[in-house]
Amino acid sequence: MYQVNYHRASSVEEAAKLASQGDARLLSGGMTLIPAMKTRLAAPSDVVDIARIEALKGVKVSGNTVTIGAATTHHDVAGNAELKSAVPAVADLASHIGDPHVRHRGTIGGSVANNDPAADYPAALLALGATVVTNRREISADDFFMGLFETALEDGEIVTSIRFEKPEKAAYQKFPNPASRYAMTGVFVAKSKDGVRVAVTGAGDNGVFRASEIEAALTKDFSAAAVEGVSVSADGLMSDIHASAEYRANLVKVMAKRAVAKAG
Amino acid sequence: MGIEGIGARVARKEDKRFITGSGRYVDDMVVPGMKHAVFVRSPHAHAEILSIDVSAAKKMPGVIDVLTGKQLKADGIGNLICGWMIHSKDGTPMKMGAWSPLAVDKVRYVGDAVVVVVADTKGQARDAAEAVSVEYRELPSVIQAVDALKAGAPQIHAEADNNLIFDWEIGDAKAADEAVKAAAHVTKIRIVNNRLVPNAMEPRAALGHYDRGDDHTTCWTTSQNPHVARLVMSAFYNVAPENKLRVIAPDVGGGFGSKIYIYPEEVVCCWASKKTGVPVKWVADRTESFLSDAHGRDHVSEVEMAFDKDNRIIGLKVDTIANLGAYMSLFSSCVPTYLYATLLSGQYNIPAIHANVRTVYTNTAPVDAYRGAGRPEATYLLERTMEVAARELGVSPAELRRKNFITQFPHQTPVIMNYDAGDYAASLDAAMKAADYAGFPARRDSAGAKGMLRGIGMSCYIEACGIAPSAAVGSLGAGVGLWESAEVRVNAVGTIEVLTGSHSHGQGHETTFAQLVNSRFGLPIDQVSIVHGDTDKVQMGMGTYGSRSGAVGMSAIVKALDKVEAKAKKIAAHLLEADEGDIVIEDGTLKVAGTDKNVPWFQMALAAYTAHNLPSGMEPGLKETAFYDPSNFTFPAGCYICEVEIDPDTGITEIVQFVAADDFGNIINPMIVEGQVHGGIAQGIGQALLEGAVYDDTGQLLTASYMDYTMPRASDLPSFQVSTSNTPCPGNPLGMKGCGEAGAIGSPPAVINAITDALGLRDIAMPASPQTVWKAANSAKH
Repeated sequence: MYQVNYHRASSVEEAAKLASQGDARLLSGGMTLIPAMKTRLAAPSDVVDIARIEALKGVKVSGNTVTIGAATTHHDVAGNAELKSAVPAVADLASHIGDPHVRHRGTIGGSVANNDPAADYPAALLALGATVVTNRREISADDFFMGLFETALEDGEIVTSIRFEKPEKAAYQKFPNPASRYAMTGVFVAKSKDGVRVAVTGAGDNGVFRASEIEAALTKDFSAAAVEGVSVSADGLMSDIHASAEYRANLVKVMAKRAVAKAG
Repeated sequence: MGIEGIGARVARKEDKRFITGSGRYVDDMVVPGMKHAVFVRSPHAHAEILSIDVSAAKKMPGVIDVLTGKQLKADGIGNLICGWMIHSKDGTPMKMGAWSPLAVDKVRYVGDAVVVVVADTKGQARDAAEAVSVEYRELPSVIQAVDALKAGAPQIHAEADNNLIFDWEIGDAKAADEAVKAAAHVTKIRIVNNRLVPNAMEPRAALGHYDRGDDHTTCWTTSQNPHVARLVMSAFYNVAPENKLRVIAPDVGGGFGSKIYIYPEEVVCCWASKKTGVPVKWVADRTESFLSDAHGRDHVSEVEMAFDKDNRIIGLKVDTIANLGAYMSLFSSCVPTYLYATLLSGQYNIPAIHANVRTVYTNTAPVDAYRGAGRPEATYLLERTMEVAARELGVSPAELRRKNFITQFPHQTPVIMNYDAGDYAASLDAAMKAADYAGFPARRDSAGAKGMLRGIGMSCYIEACGIAPSAAVGSLGAGVGLWESAEVRVNAVGTIEVLTGSHSHGQGHETTFAQLVNSRFGLPIDQVSIVHGDTDKVQMGMGTYGSRSGAVGMSAIVKALDKVEAKAKKIAAHLLEADEGDIVIEDGTLKVAGTDKNVPWFQMALAAYTAHNLPSGMEPGLKETAFYDPSNFTFPAGCYICEVEIDPDTGITEIVQFVAADDFGNIINPMIVEGQVHGGIAQGIGQALLEGAVYDDTGQLLTASYMDYTMPRASDLPSFQVSTSNTPCPGNPLGMKGCGEAGAIGSPPAVINAITDALGLRDIAMPASPQTVWKAANSAKH
């Protein structure tokens, strides 16, 4: 790791101010940033730790609306009783991120802002039609995720919370990479009054995406059998030593079927 | 056996320090004034070094010095060697290319060490390493051994035409050819054994400390054999004369073979300490380990196995190409020859065998022994071939094996080995019973009803351990003898130190060796300390590899204990005014048999050291040394059965049961033996399902971290069912065979036989990852 200045922000306003200096990066758990710094692949001049800002923590379920503070750890999301009752699929997703160490450090805001193409949360946000709330504005998930590690966030913009409506049914099914255990293909299905949304992470060569053909099939008939008839193309899917695009295309379908079955 | 003696499940003495974080590893060693080394490594698989500019790096904060291969050569540091001479079948010696600890004009794999930076902190050394400017001219590279032999392949070493190191054979080519011609059936198959990265939990590390006043060097290093390291560093690498070089291998966190060898880094740390005047420490990070630890396996073989009309094997022909990487590592030449082809008879009576082995340079990390070392390659080849043959012949795999088992001992194979004892049918029966082999068809059907594919596979392995008779290995090209030494020091109050050349880096010697002493003299194991891993404390010894610490290392301890016992009895007889032939040792007391006359052990020891009342002419003290040279290899064997269930939708293979029935000869501590088997099987399943080193076409290692190299995790493994049915080894005093490598040797073919059974396929590549299995399952459908 190169020399770096560490700052611990106590408020979002302070964080925004600190983050405007030099080549600063926000630290919200650091599950990606710190390993990248340790291997010298990332070299910010300053890191601004926002994971201890109390205002950014916690899960709130109010009526049908769920709000999760950006600095809420995966462990706290996974274990939140209200969320487990309202949208168990999200708590379940969080409970399978990384390992216990990662789940106690990593945060939803950090994961979403990083937009790793193999991260789990982006699939949930996109399928749930969630809103990403920042210190400046609100951005819909459809507009937020823009490609590999690319988001709609502007310089100095800080994710403060994630908000979504409780779906009628939802489930997430992940096929982990055998080595890293990141999602090699993860599918989140959500059925709400507005229709069915299916988001796929870990598979697309431009990050998380919606599987429109599967959505169409499930809109007609929300059943695993309905997915069976869909042909998933390998075009636009990632290929690496662990999974070819064809294999990922198969996994998209299999994970979608299993997610639908799990959603009940 | 007593509660702490041979055969007792004694908890490991060493675990207290390991599980409380009190172990002391090389990285824990701190010497006043110590500085930190970072290596600049080649980013290219094959390139000429045009120039090296260290001027900017030298000016960086905290930098002590930045040193190059030219300086190392100028100081007379030698090239790294391979210590086992193999001759090609035309009589020419193996073609060993020069391996400078720091590359001088050429780099030959990604990770080849080029420059070393020494600085106050590791961070400063890293910063300065980035400021070193090396100008390269890239050359074409070759990764696969088969490609390296093709005409026009990039030439890696001037010494080895077309990258061929040697072209060696064993056995009777004519007899094997005739058997194939006369056969009623011949099974032909290509067998690929995938390349693995050892991944010891503790990365390699070295600390060199040159003492100017004494002109003496101390080297702490992560070694399985510190005396061999001292010998080689002094005799071949000119680090220091043996009497001025102390090598210490303290707690070492796993080796699996990869810490047998002497690598560039320890040589450079010792030399750099002398050059700079400061102690120099280097600790590998994980990616350095992936890049530069010696890898394992990487064979491609063509096999023909000939059967007569009664399904008896009448001949075996094997043609193997083994990838040795960019340089010949210390024992790389013996692994694909004498540790591999000599085991090609397996558990079977095969009258004619011929094996040809070509070893090849490629632009990859050096390849050397890795848990099993040659024997997993032989076992995988034979046991895959047997399974395929049984399917082709339409007979039960178990019965085909049983029909061909060797049943009379000793048995001379056509490939050097003389098996001394075994009962292969007993292990097969035990494994089949434990696995409920007969109940498999019903289990397969009920899995099928859920849409799952279930398969069963077995493997009957044999290995040669307890390496090895020194004269025999000498005649086969070994540069060293493979005996072991021991010294037993009885202290004045009777407690005991056993100094052994066997190094413990996970094997539990501190417990098992003490159990042996407890069995002999009745002292609690807490009063017995095992000393190892320091050339200044322990007499010359050969170290730990090839499952030799029990069969060879403990045999040396037995010899020293025999001498101690003889002298102790003489002293006791003198004190008790009895005949020494009447003295027996029971529960820590020397007794006159049949009487109540006795002297406690500690009192006898005290008498030895006060020397007030010793037999006339007897020297004071009680300390004996012994060297033991084995008369033969030992031959652990067994039968492993694996049952898998495959999800055809995802290609995930679940191992639903794994049975190991082993014959290890006599056992000191069954709990430690089971631990060894569990660990070995985990590595074997790792090879079969998960692990594989992957280089891209340009020689970049794609699997250089745990993000891409799949290590077995607990959730990948079933609860193993292990048992032993043992035939004592007649060749050593304790009747031991060795158990450290069996699991890694026997398990990969059992797993692959089960997967191919489930899929109805002849073969599948290792690792049988989900993607590979999915592709195979879906192509098999058509």
